[in-house]
Amino acid sequence: MELLYFGSKGWGDELFAAFLMTIAVSITAMLIGILFSIIFTPLKLSKNKIFNFIANFYTTVIRGVPELLVIYLFFFGGTGAVMFVASIFGYHEYIEINAFITGSFAIGIISGAYSTEVFRGAIQSIDRGQFEACKALGFKKYIYFFKVIIPQMLRLALPNLSNVWQITLKDTSLISVTGLVEIMRQSYIAAGSTRDPLFFYSFAALLYLILTFLSMKILNKLEKNYSRGF
Amino acid sequence: MIESLPKLLNATLTTLKLLSLSLIFGLIIGLIFALMRLSKKKFINNFSYGFSYIFRGTPLLVQIFIIYFGLGQIEYLRSTFLWTILKEPYWCAIIAFSLNTGAYTSEILRSAFQTIKPGMIEAGKSLGISSKIIFYKIQIPIAIKQSLPAYGNEIILMLKGTSLASTVTLMDLTGVAKYIISTTFKPVEVFIVAGGIYLLLTFLVHNLIKFSEKKMRTN
Repeated sequence: MELLYFGSKGWGDELFAAFLMTIAVSITAMLIGILFSIIFTPLKLSKNKIFNFIANFYTTVIRGVPELLVIYLFFFGGTGAVMFVASIFGYHEYIEINAFITGSFAIGIISGAYSTEVFRGAIQSIDRGQFEACKALGFKKYIYFFKVIIPQMLRLALPNLSNVWQITLKDTSLISVTGLVEIMRQSYIAAGSTRDPLFFYSFAALLYLILTFLSMKILNKLEKNYSRGF
Repeated sequence: MIESLPKLLNATLTTLKLLSLSLIFGLIIGLIFALMRLSKKKFINNFSYGFSYIFRGTPLLVQIFIIYFGLGQIEYLRSTFLWTILKEPYWCAIIAFSLNTGAYTSEILRSAFQTIKPGMIEAGKSLGISSKIIFYKIQIPIAIKQSLPAYGNEIILMLKGTSLASTVTLMDLTGVAKYIISTTFKPVEVFIVAGGIYLLLTFLVHNLIKFSEKKMRTN
């Protein structure tokens, strides 16, 4: 237990900071993912074949390739890509990208592929009759979209979206390979310097369990709130 | 790009070996825990629930690290025959994968068993069929049929999960890809080749499951 003391004696404060870092990365990645799905869901539902192909390519590739490989691509390729873009604008110095940004982008793109599928499924399961009813009532298109489609879609998408959140949360452990100090990385460091891997990795597992348990409780409440009237 | 292909194909074999072994062990573990979940004894039921909750609530990476780095720390384990298994990263990875996929499989099988209508079992009983035969000839086939789509997803998730073996020094497809990337600094090319192999495998699994679903439906 002494290992968990705060301050210079134990690893308590470091692990707490890492715990917060995991939450921060997960939320950022989830938001980036939702941003991606806002772009790709319309493409997926569009009648244009090229748009369709682009969106399908994105979701199929990302969901078929291991997360770790995507992270390696971003970690090793991200700097090169940014420097290439910068060199077009005449900037030739070395640019180091923050591990937080690369990590949350990599996880965000993965989580985006899953959320895109969730949103697509939710929109597709809304009855076509609603659309016709709105037309018959003479609603404007944006009212139809924001007041009729979106609330229903959220209700349908939320249970699956909370699954995506759990996946995203667990995927953030993989960013530790890039050196970002989140729960896994901090446990790795602590285990290395105290030679007590069993304790620290078990503690990391406990922290993740706390996170998944808490988020499940919160999301269940949200789901109940959104499914009022059902 | 082309020079890396033979090395990556070789590593694919390791990935497939890891995948098939962990799926076989995982299926056995999953079946045992699914049956425990259906038991009426509270302790057995809760134990099985706890197992699947812990393994589904923590990242696979933590599980591998606990088994590979953590268990070696226990002095007692070092003196038993288990140590010959636990000092090999290959077996540690397989143990972690099997337990992980076992937890997910147990949930899939449990829900499949629960969707079987009690009337079917009662019908079997009233025909005087022994409960053993009811289990093997009625419950198991229906459960397999019910759980195939979900299990197909689980296989694909596990295929992606095997990439974590590279974190405990195993040279699977991702491990070799990372090695090539870090020696040649050509991340995009290697990603295309390695990602292509993974996609091909996913595609194969997907179609295999679809095919067997179709076959089951016609029966």
